[in-house]
Amino acid sequence: MPERKLFAHELEKRLDELLLLALRQRSAAQPAALLEALPRQIQERVLHWAGVAAQTSDDLGWLLASLAAAQAAGLGVRLDDWARAGLDAYDRGGLAAARTALTGFAATDCAPAAHSVAFAAVEGRLSRFLQALDGRPLKLAAGEAAWTDTETLWLPQRLDLAGDAAGNRSLYKAMAALLWAQTRYGSFALDPEPELELWPDRERGLGWFALFEAMRLEACIALELPGLAMEITGLRGPWPAGLKEAAARLAQPDATVADSLACMAAQRLAGAGATPAFSHVTGMDPVAARRLRAARIRRETATLRRALNVLRALDAKAGGRTGNPDYPLLAADGEVQLADPQADLVVLPPDARAAAKSLLQDLGEIPPEALHAAGPGAWQPVAGAEADEAAAAGTTRPDAFYDEWDYRRAAWRRDWCHLYEVEAPAGDHEWVDEVRRRHAHLIRSIRRRFEALRGEDKPQRRQLDGEEIDLDAQVDARADRKSGAEPSPRLFIHRRRVERSLAVMFMVDMSGSTKGWVNDAERESLVLLCEAIEALGDSYAIYGFSGWTRTHCDIYRIKHFADRYDAATRRRIAGIEARDYTRMGVAVRHLSGLLARQNTRHKLLVTLSDGRPDDYGDEYRGRYGIEDTRRALLEAREKGIRSYCVTIDRHGADYLPQLYGPAHYSVIDDAKKLPQKIAEIYRRLTA
Amino acid sequence: MTAPKQSARADVRALATPLLSLASEPYYHATGEEVAVFEAAAGRCLPVMLKGPTGCGKTRFVEHMAWRLKRPLVTVACHDDLTTSDLVGRYLIVGDETVWMDGPLTAAVRAGAICYLDEIVEARKDTSVVIHPLTDSRRALPVEKRGEYLVAPPDFMLVISYNPGYQSVLKEMKPSTRQRFVALDFDYPEAETEARIVAHEGGVDADTARLLVKLGSLTRKLKGAGLDEGAGTRLLVHAAQLIAAGMAPLTACTAAIARPLADEADTRDALDDLIRAVF
Ligand SMILES: Nc1ncnc2c1ncn2[C@@H]1O[C@H](COP(=O)(O)OP(=O)(O)OP(=O)(O)O)[C@@H](O)[C@H]1O
Ligand SMILES: [Mg+2]
Repeated sequence: MPERKLFAHELEKRLDELLLLALRQRSAAQPAALLEALPRQIQERVLHWAGVAAQTSDDLGWLLASLAAAQAAGLGVRLDDWARAGLDAYDRGGLAAARTALTGFAATDCAPAAHSVAFAAVEGRLSRFLQALDGRPLKLAAGEAAWTDTETLWLPQRLDLAGDAAGNRSLYKAMAALLWAQTRYGSFALDPEPELELWPDRERGLGWFALFEAMRLEACIALELPGLAMEITGLRGPWPAGLKEAAARLAQPDATVADSLACMAAQRLAGAGATPAFSHVTGMDPVAARRLRAARIRRETATLRRALNVLRALDAKAGGRTGNPDYPLLAADGEVQLADPQADLVVLPPDARAAAKSLLQDLGEIPPEALHAAGPGAWQPVAGAEADEAAAAGTTRPDAFYDEWDYRRAAWRRDWCHLYEVEAPAGDHEWVDEVRRRHAHLIRSIRRRFEALRGEDKPQRRQLDGEEIDLDAQVDARADRKSGAEPSPRLFIHRRRVERSLAVMFMVDMSGSTKGWVNDAERESLVLLCEAIEALGDSYAIYGFSGWTRTHCDIYRIKHFADRYDAATRRRIAGIEARDYTRMGVAVRHLSGLLARQNTRHKLLVTLSDGRPDDYGDEYRGRYGIEDTRRALLEAREKGIRSYCVTIDRHGADYLPQLYGPAHYSVIDDAKKLPQKIAEIYRRLTA
Repeated sequence: MTAPKQSARADVRALATPLLSLASEPYYHATGEEVAVFEAAAGRCLPVMLKGPTGCGKTRFVEHMAWRLKRPLVTVACHDDLTTSDLVGRYLIVGDETVWMDGPLTAAVRAGAICYLDEIVEARKDTSVVIHPLTDSRRALPVEKRGEYLVAPPDFMLVISYNPGYQSVLKEMKPSTRQRFVALDFDYPEAETEARIVAHEGGVDADTARLLVKLGSLTRKLKGAGLDEGAGTRLLVHAAQLIAAGMAPLTACTAAIARPLADEADTRDALDDLIRAVF
């Protein structure tokens, strides 16, 4: 790369090419002029990100280029983070969100810091840490600042307040722990508004509230997790001398949020100045948190009442006028006595138990109205509130969301793909019969060969110990003894079952390009494969995949591991048809997840496809799709899954070594040959 | 040639199933009515099945009950290669002759012992051939190779264990087997009880034991989220023993609890965080 800076006219031309500005009657003259002053390296980064953004949307490309020109100098090495944040925001909220994120980002801090730690680097570790702690499950997400609405914990994208990386990691942990403690120890149990209203500056009031709560919660943590509290104490240093008294009061074991509010009032009366700054003290949004809390309490009260109604109805059916001793929750009059809520909850179904626990956490007790059965007429057995809502909205929720890897950003797009799993439609059973007839000879020979591979009892001769006497060895031994030689003690035959312990997932491309010969070849191959594997006794599943953009990634269940190769399965194979596109990464992620749950020693993911990953629109075509798929295959590998690809690709398959490694794919140049070859490929693969 | 023959005899004797008779009481802290149920089952010649996660005291319980009932104990750790003849017995050749050697199950039947088959689902399917007649009203063990039909004495008792946690479709126990047993559910003991067990077994003070139990209960919430199974009482006892040997609690817990549980980086780091949070 040449070292010299690009001049404005050169920059203008490059931007023009990237963003197709001429077509849109925009001029890159102004951003180009701004960029001219920057070092070549930064110029190139800006051009790179403008190009990346333009692949998603032209407007986004323009926005990013023009803002980058103005801000690149200030951003320094944070330029990449800045651009990623903008693209991320665009994915979530469109152009307006991207603009907010890009301008807001620069407003925060631009200091480059080698010792800073990114949220992504601690996310996995922290989410497991939080999961282990008591209380309601919490989601973890990156946000502008650290705060919680009592169901999600937001932590900053990046921390560099501490002097080293370990310190910043520790700070992340302290923030997460305090936010967890806010939800665990009732920071939102009281409404702070009456007190906050008395503060001329609401923000300042909130700051003091957060500080006093941090003092109280640290003491709560110390009782449960002394090591964690010590780490936090070490991190923050001493409280300000003037606040020692408040800290001592809030450290009492029976202190509640009311004490924090009282400390606030005292501080206000004494004329509170600016809040002392402590890096681990998080923000608080009591309005948002209390709104969510109230909705949750309503929902969970309803869940609990419903469950109690069911129990009562069961109880009545069982003829227990006086109450069934199995359900100590229920008294004869339909009211519930919860002498010891924790212990008695055991009789409830899991969702109601979780609701009751959550209510205990929010309120410290189960509210009496939750314990009133709703009257005899109101028994509604199942009906989950969520299911009703979904039905009412008339939309079906995806079965799962998957992240997707964007190589250009070198970052994940969170919950990017919406996956739907459905049973594949049945096809014509006569088609399968016809295939089996046509290939009868081939099937017979495959079966014979495969049966020989089966995990048969294989006799091992001349063993020290075994089920049978090895006569040959006996004769030898006797002869040895007669001749005065030392006879071998290996006189037995041991039968050892060679267990294959293998589960195979077949992932079948159902994209539109497979229409015709390829689709026929895939279906015929699957019939032959099933015949072969049935002879082997391996556990196997068949799923098809296709889709239309990231919001419609479809997985068709043709044969689950537990399904038999019966008429219904055969009809579903016959029903495989060419549909839409090939968004491959999400399919690999979903199916390798299913495969990973199989309890076999070996796991194999076999893809049958006719070419490279591709989806509607330009985005998933080319390198993006290949990189994402490669990433998904690597993840599968980490789960102990080996992948293999059988491709019918007339255009040569240069990308395959990159995806699967040099030895893990076959290219079949002619679709018609696939059925003949497939069984042999499988045999080689699993021998 | 007498010398080698002599030593071969001795070798064969060494292979015979050891009948464990417990002289002193194995420490066991009951967590429910398991002792009473087991005693009643033993009195009525019913076989017993113990279910529960790893390291929660199943083996210890059987040892304790063997001592309590004053019966010898034979334990067999089942594995996927365990065959019927491994259980029943086989012929061995000593010098010039064939010698019959009782397998652990046969030995237990003859001696009127408790036979404990640990992790029964691991054994090969054909073992049910011998388990079934022993566990219904016949209470008999056919020793086919010898043409023998052993009827179990009243003191013989079959106990099996399995861990429902990592059951897969491939290792389901058939209903016809399951329904022959009186079943006892084992789980991690209540915190107070578990702390007492850890203190006793690990030789640490009550406070340390409580912290270890706290740590254990935190890891159990990670089941399914990075861990197949949380720390069992056994791991806590191991950590306690390292602490009692003079090791710092952080080091002891890392070595005895975190490392055996997880390889994956995020989970390992989270476990380290938990250890540091508790101690
Ligand atoms: N109730 C208990 N009383 C006394 N000791 C116990 C108890 N529960 C667990 N332990 C301790 O835990 C250790 C492990 O228990 P044990 O070996 O019985 O587990 P297990 O349930 O048989 O596990 P696995 O399924 O892995 O065989 C014991 O050595 C003992 O120290
Ligand atoms: Mg055991």
